[in-house]
Amino acid sequence: MGQFILRRFGIMLLTALCLTFIVFFLTNLPPNLEKLAKTQGNMRMTDEQVENWLANRGYLQPMPVKYGQWLGILPGWVIEGTDGKLRGKCLRRDTPPEAAPRFCGVLQGDWGWSTRFRDEVATIVFKRLSLTGWLMLAVMCVMVPGALILGVLAGMKEGSRLDRTVSTLSIATTATPEYVSGVIFIAVFASSAVGLKWFKGTATSAMDDITFANFTLPVVTIALYGMGYIARMTRASMAEVMTTQYIRTARLKGVSFPAIVMRHALRNALIAPFTVIMLQFPWLLNGVVIVETLFNYKGFGWTLVQAASNNDIELLLGLSVVAVFVVLVTQLISDIGYVLLNPRIRIS
Amino acid sequence: MTKWDYDGPILEIENLSISFFTRLREIPAVMDFSCVVQPGEAMGLVGESGCGKSTVALGIMQDLGVNGRIVGGSIRFKGRDLCTMTEAELRQIRGSEIAMIYQEPMASLNPAMKIDRQLMEVPMIHEGVSADKAREMARRVIEDVKLPDPDRILRSYPHQLSGGQQQRVVIAMALMSKPSLLILDEPTTALDVTVEAAIVDLVKELGEKYGTSMLFISHNLGLILETCDRITVMYSGEAVETGSVAEVFEHMRHPYTQALFRAIPLPTADKHARPLRAIPGNFPLPHERPPGCNFGPRCDYFEAGRCDGGDVPMFPVPGDARHETRCLRFAEIDWDAPPPVEAATEEVEIGGPVLGVERLRKYYEVAANALFGGRNRKVVKANEDITFTAHESETLAIVGESGCGKSTFAKVLMGLETATDGKILLDNREIQSIPIEERDTRTIASIQMVFQNPFDTLNPSMTVGSQIMRALEIFGVGRTTAERRARMLELLDLVKLPREFATRMPRQLSGGQKQRVGIARAFAGGARIVVADEPVSALDVSVQAAVTDLLMEIQRTEKTTLLFISHDLSIVRYLSDRVLVMYLGHVVEIGSTDQVFAPPYHPYTEALLSAVPIADTKVRKRHVVLEGEIPSAMNPPTGCPFQTRCRWKDSVPGGLCEREVPPAREMADGHRIKCHLAEDILRRMEPVIEIAAE
Repeated sequence: MGQFILRRFGIMLLTALCLTFIVFFLTNLPPNLEKLAKTQGNMRMTDEQVENWLANRGYLQPMPVKYGQWLGILPGWVIEGTDGKLRGKCLRRDTPPEAAPRFCGVLQGDWGWSTRFRDEVATIVFKRLSLTGWLMLAVMCVMVPGALILGVLAGMKEGSRLDRTVSTLSIATTATPEYVSGVIFIAVFASSAVGLKWFKGTATSAMDDITFANFTLPVVTIALYGMGYIARMTRASMAEVMTTQYIRTARLKGVSFPAIVMRHALRNALIAPFTVIMLQFPWLLNGVVIVETLFNYKGFGWTLVQAASNNDIELLLGLSVVAVFVVLVTQLISDIGYVLLNPRIRIS
Repeated sequence: MTKWDYDGPILEIENLSISFFTRLREIPAVMDFSCVVQPGEAMGLVGESGCGKSTVALGIMQDLGVNGRIVGGSIRFKGRDLCTMTEAELRQIRGSEIAMIYQEPMASLNPAMKIDRQLMEVPMIHEGVSADKAREMARRVIEDVKLPDPDRILRSYPHQLSGGQQQRVVIAMALMSKPSLLILDEPTTALDVTVEAAIVDLVKELGEKYGTSMLFISHNLGLILETCDRITVMYSGEAVETGSVAEVFEHMRHPYTQALFRAIPLPTADKHARPLRAIPGNFPLPHERPPGCNFGPRCDYFEAGRCDGGDVPMFPVPGDARHETRCLRFAEIDWDAPPPVEAATEEVEIGGPVLGVERLRKYYEVAANALFGGRNRKVVKANEDITFTAHESETLAIVGESGCGKSTFAKVLMGLETATDGKILLDNREIQSIPIEERDTRTIASIQMVFQNPFDTLNPSMTVGSQIMRALEIFGVGRTTAERRARMLELLDLVKLPREFATRMPRQLSGGQKQRVGIARAFAGGARIVVADEPVSALDVSVQAAVTDLLMEIQRTEKTTLLFISHDLSIVRYLSDRVLVMYLGHVVEIGSTDQVFAPPYHPYTEALLSAVPIADTKVRKRHVVLEGEIPSAMNPPTGCPFQTRCRWKDSVPGGLCEREVPPAREMADGHRIKCHLAEDILRRMEPVIEIAAE
């Protein structure tokens, strides 16, 4: 087991390395750098000015060197620019150049500087991730139990009226994209169009203080979309389990119907949806962009969009590492949980 | 409500009718079925698949699903009508008064629950005992069903046990609260013969110990003879004959029962002199039953105007108590007349050697853990040492329990796997290491296979004709489509299917017909060797005989070598010329059928023969019980592969069995036994099966 987790972490490191290099390569392509110079400096810079601007900030070094500096295995650049100013990767405004460390990469715990937000990458990622984290947590708390209960209820008596109602509902919610359901919710529950001013149409205030009023709509919007999907999976799995012979054995042992569902069917029926639920985490991390924008909640997805549209290299890299981490950790949990649910699979 | 005492029959079923309702129509599954089970009695229920025997069982349990309904008659259990009980009352009876044992033990145990919890549940529900008490009871019952190391078993999940152990657990579960009636629905069909024999022994013993009445559902007449006191024969939803086992087996009074006995290979059958008689025609579909007697259209004694006149009731057979038959003419038929003699066939001359196998070995390397990789690989020694030759026009049977390596050998022969060591010679060409992709068309066409399950081996979206033509195309038979088409029609004639079947889809065919298509496909390229892997074990008794006959007839005309892989020793004895017994990848005995079925035996053959249930009251069998489980091929025992279960081991001095693999010794011409036993001990062995003089 320990060896297995260790191996998984090795894979995670390797994936993170590969992915960051790809992101690094793409964001350092000349047209992207030019765009960066023009958004940071001046939109009307000449080609020469762009060249100078980039050279002064170390962007024109060879790609592997720059990547090494970001990782922290090569010493950070220090360039005295054409404008006479001394700039360096490791120089910060508040520390004198002499006191600055030679290496300042990821290995040293320095995730770099965001050009878009003019702040430390680590601070931004931490702040935005925690905001999205709260959203994800709330969504999961609503979506997973809801979906499982609906799925189990629908699947335990296949073809019953309850089954058909739940199935229709789940198809409807899954078929409605968030930007449609979000808009409808705002119109119904938050605007004066219908008059039910139960919730707030924006979640901006939730960034500081989460309340029932400002957080419900974004959570429900995301949860509904995912819920239908997981409920369908659970229903199919449950319906299949309910037709198996061991359920008949239990029935003919004299076990009552609720006990059959809870004790005999549930664990077997959860094996398939569990993997799907775990796959929802990475999806939530990046897929919340629309909802975050719609409700003006500046979380991880929103930051990702900002970083990408401004070619904010180091912020993008930081975000990618987080994404890889979340994906692989959830997959690890999913594998371990799968083993716990399914006794036929064992880690030797 | 607790258990109540009742002085009378445990189970009385009267004129029971059960129907399934689909959107189109009502499908009667069981009609006018009556039977009585007395306390301590074992009632056998026999019939082919689809005759309604399992429906009767589920009807007793009142578990017919959404579509099934009891439309007439009554089922009284200890005097109380089960049909009028509420769901809660039924729940109290299920598991405590009536328990059921199912066909597939693996499927009927919950894979995600440990054995102890599954067992403890029963007394906890019905007797309201505490968990500790329930565990104590579970342990005792596990000991009763003779499972080794009960504590370990209780802590295991079902998948950690073997099939035989699982079935014992299911039996234990059924016995947890000492039911008055035990329903066994084909309890041993999915198990090996030796395991089956042990389970049957156990069931009989427990039945006596607990005084439980039993309803034993099976298609195997031999099993019924060994376990039951009374028998009810079912055909197409009706009971056609009922009586004591001895009466029905010796003085049957219904033509279907008679036909059934003539279709199964008894030790007295002989493929040349007294071939099996298949029952003509097909089983009627539930909604296409003929008027009058259901068996009428297939009956030798059918009399138009009388047998198809109207519903036939059960008639008591005079002279015998509780022996009834559903036949109008039972008093007129001469039941002792010998069966009409089928055209006896000439014995075929066995030709020269076609296939030679020399010291063939096949090892697989498997990762010990599939999901998480892991570096510790294990070697599965599927075939250890196989040596034999097969001749033209010969039927060589390969027998052995599952896991003995017979299917691996078939795969290596077909080229689906390549051998690790040794040789396979086809007409003196070595083919053991040529995978099927690299074999030339002629080699592929000359070694073909007939598979066990005809339902899975035909492409469901291609017509029968085009599937055969596709095979012809691959084998390079015929130059044009027209030629191939003509050949395809000939092949249909060969397997005795009407030519119209060429345009049918596989789903329109019955199991036996599908297997005929499979045979046609195997013979399409003029196969010289046909590997038949349990070709009839998925088919019903009455169809088995017809398919077996067909295989032999084609073999006679085509001079094919038939490698007949089977675990059914009755059919092996009936049709094969030579028999090869395998155990853990070794050929432990090989010889002509007579040599193998008579002493001297290899100790394993002896146990195997003793395990086969034979549906003949005249046969006396010596009882040899095989202890333990077949060892894993990953970790075979040292020395002789069979030494862990051999009852003769003590007769070999010096622990030789544990040290050395015995050499194959020539006992008689072509009869080889791989055993350390001294010659005189082998010679002194008594026959397992004896047929009492008539």
